[in-house]
Amino acid sequence: MTEFDAASTAVQAALDAGARYADARVMHRRYESMSARNGDIEELTQDESVGLGVRALVGSSWGFHAVPDLSDAAARDAGRRAARTAAASARVPGPPIDLVPSEPVTASWASACEVDPLGVALSTKGDLLVEATKLVAEHGADVAEGLYQVWDTAKWFVSSEGHRIDQRIRECGGGISATSIGDGETQRRSYPSYRGQYGTTGWELVDSLDLTAHAARIAEESRALLTAPLCPAGETDLILGGEQLALQIHESVGHAIELDRILGWEAAFAGTSWLDLAQLGSLRYGSELMTITIDPTIPGALGSFGYDDEGSPAVKRDAVREGRWVGVLAGRDSAAVAGLDHGGSVRADGWARLPMVRMTNVGLEPGPHTLEEIVAATDDGVLMDVNRSWSIDDKRLNFQFGCEIGWEIRKGRRGRMLRNPTYTGIGPIFWRSMDMLSGETVSWGTPNCGKGQPGQVGHTGHPAAPARFRDVRVGVRA
Amino acid sequence: MNGPHARSEPDLAGQVIELVRRLGGPATQAEVVVTRADVALTRFANSFIHQNVAESGVGVRLRVHADGRTAAGGGSVVTADGLSALVERTLAAARLCPPDPAWPGLAPPAPTPSGAPVDEATAYAEPDERAERVRAFVAAAGGLDAAGYCRTALRSSAFANSAGHSARGRTAEAAMDGIARTGGADGVARLAADRLADLDGAVLGARAAAKARAAADPVELVPGRYEVVLEPAAVADLLQNLSFYGFNGKRYAERQSFAEPGVAQFDPLVTLVDDPLGGSGLPFDVEGTPRGPVTLVDAGTTRAVTHDRRTAAEVGTVSTGHAVAGGATWGPMPRNLRLSPAAAAPAAAGPPAGESEWVGGGDLSGAVVDPDTAALVAGVRRGLLVSDLWYTRVLDPKSLVVTGLTRNGVWLVEDGVVARAVRDFRFTEAYPRALGPGAVLGLGRRPVRQPDRVDGVWWEAPALRLASWNFTGGASG
Repeated sequence: MTEFDAASTAVQAALDAGARYADARVMHRRYESMSARNGDIEELTQDESVGLGVRALVGSSWGFHAVPDLSDAAARDAGRRAARTAAASARVPGPPIDLVPSEPVTASWASACEVDPLGVALSTKGDLLVEATKLVAEHGADVAEGLYQVWDTAKWFVSSEGHRIDQRIRECGGGISATSIGDGETQRRSYPSYRGQYGTTGWELVDSLDLTAHAARIAEESRALLTAPLCPAGETDLILGGEQLALQIHESVGHAIELDRILGWEAAFAGTSWLDLAQLGSLRYGSELMTITIDPTIPGALGSFGYDDEGSPAVKRDAVREGRWVGVLAGRDSAAVAGLDHGGSVRADGWARLPMVRMTNVGLEPGPHTLEEIVAATDDGVLMDVNRSWSIDDKRLNFQFGCEIGWEIRKGRRGRMLRNPTYTGIGPIFWRSMDMLSGETVSWGTPNCGKGQPGQVGHTGHPAAPARFRDVRVGVRA
Repeated sequence: MNGPHARSEPDLAGQVIELVRRLGGPATQAEVVVTRADVALTRFANSFIHQNVAESGVGVRLRVHADGRTAAGGGSVVTADGLSALVERTLAAARLCPPDPAWPGLAPPAPTPSGAPVDEATAYAEPDERAERVRAFVAAAGGLDAAGYCRTALRSSAFANSAGHSARGRTAEAAMDGIARTGGADGVARLAADRLADLDGAVLGARAAAKARAAADPVELVPGRYEVVLEPAAVADLLQNLSFYGFNGKRYAERQSFAEPGVAQFDPLVTLVDDPLGGSGLPFDVEGTPRGPVTLVDAGTTRAVTHDRRTAAEVGTVSTGHAVAGGATWGPMPRNLRLSPAAAAPAAAGPPAGESEWVGGGDLSGAVVDPDTAALVAGVRRGLLVSDLWYTRVLDPKSLVVTGLTRNGVWLVEDGVVARAVRDFRFTEAYPRALGPGAVLGLGRRPVRQPDRVDGVWWEAPALRLASWNFTGGASG
């Protein structure tokens, strides 16, 4: 029995059990990660998981069942159970559910991959991490860490509407960090990002990072931070590096425009959103420099795919156009509830999880400046880069971020290094204060986005470049 | 279920060890854990069930140590071919790894304790039974919007290693977590239990609704230090962060933890015990080490941190049974931590015999829905009652400075009485300092078990009164 056969069997069983719509995904994922610490390999793990998840719509209710078994009997049983679970939901029924149209397609899609990351010898990958972390330790860090992760996912999707899609998506990435331990605190510097940079790409991404070339710098910076002056407290101009701005986009825009949150479907756990659908198309989200797109078609970015997990094709759309809120991340059911005409942003983190609204690549279109031009144009401010901590309220308004490193900016020049830089604000007020934006865009990958119950880990991408924000509160501390 | 997935966990574990022996040779050390999981979750929002899911899965985790090198592998494919492939690729990976001079060896044979009894009705609960609790929660919310979940989980696990040690265990858990919402204000009720029968959707829904109604029309207060009464859901966040960053044996070994065994780092009212068998929990860890209660803080004095075999060897002690998959990177940490309650009842009396402690009788209503909290609030001259904490993140792991927000209700308390609802605050606080000597002004007498995002992980605490909590910003920034 092929994977498509198993999925088709599950769908048919759900229909036979009373579902008015059903879809099923078979997923086969291989995962490999290796970590090193202070010049030694710390852990090597290789996992392989295969299974089937089937989703059934009965009346106004969804049911979902997943099994690690692709036999005919298991697939039929999963389909029946999904329908039965959906029927149980009718004890507490909601409004009718429709699905916005998704043209049934038969298609195959694969992400680009120059160097198969699982084909690179383990010894080569291990040597890289050993060498890089040894260098970090030799240059003074107390704890030197290195990590890479690889996901190789094949999936086969079938729906009762006639979708039949197979995809192969290869993702990988990695990074290094240096931690120095002082008398009552620790300081960390990472390259290129905390836990690394990731993409829908091959091992060429890790090669391009040139980890060893940055080992000495981050070690020395982590030690220097132990004695650097604290980031001053107060309101000032804030320049954010691209890596930090990527997370700012993720937390204060990406999650806020998820339609399931706007509709209240994530209320108890992930939270809701400050956005009101009645203001879609008119709300001023940020300054005119702010154009945010939802674009799963970006080659190599971590949120890229050919089709989402409902069979909708990858399409680029606007979320915020010149500061005005114009778009959402949606699935076929949430879009129908909201009266919108498209989904396309639904994914699951494995065969055992229900597909849900997820960020794809949500990123900031580039601006006209360079970072150096922004610094040169700033009389008094702070430059912060590389995220250290992140927190935002359940409506995605009040945020506080900490960065690994800061520098004071005086009269257009970068001055002293600053320790424990933090900044805080309210999303739309913050975005409206953006007055300079660089064009030095990088698509940062976030492989650890948590959402949903049972918990799911999403992979998202965030094109971002350095930018300046006026009169931001910085230096919050205990 | 037919086919390979019908074979028992001990059979599968034994087969993997035999394959390692055959393919890797008798000198290869190996340990394997096979876990079968049936996890189901009924999720509701806007007062209806919108997601209703179930997963039946089996996972195999293998770690081998051959010729001084170590590698781990895992998977869900338990056919004969699948297990052979797992063993072959894990052995191959180990051969290509650099030497592992800190390998601590395998757990020796040892008796495994009995876990908490498994309630079969919970283990095999039907979707209708979860849906019925959701229906009761929604009905008790009395027209307020309700959202949350009801979860049941069964895990059956077998361990075997090439040193001759084997163990097996089963655990079941149920949890319910819901909010009621009105006018932008939320109230929460959250509970984990060994038995689904112990979760009463109506009681939880009524509690959440009472708190939501009491949270309406909040005012914004000036940020600053306030005395606080934290309800068990909020205290759970303190326990989780203390566990992950403070009582983590790896962080301790690397001097990244605040923990200093033998030092009175906490208030004398603070006693913390990690008690994996005190509720739903397997009786051994992924290295096969038997699990049991570990006292981490005894009347304010830090006594221990948790270890797996590797961190224990590093600091010259023994494993406390806290090894987890991936723990070489993250470290061994408590995941079933209990803050011991007050030894005697606080000022207020408990509920009358036969009356629920969750929604007490008499004057217990609105923001305060249990006698524990009422007693602690009664002692506050001016402070805040906090239901829940949200999105907490560590600014510095060693000092354990954490930022986050209040959620699901916060109220101003004046002269021992809840005066009015307050808008959510952001805080930035060092958790060990907040619980330090002289900082704890009172404890409730009844601990309430709080579920984690992952079944099998729970945090149990009574309400807690603290002298000071550093609120650094209001909802307007």
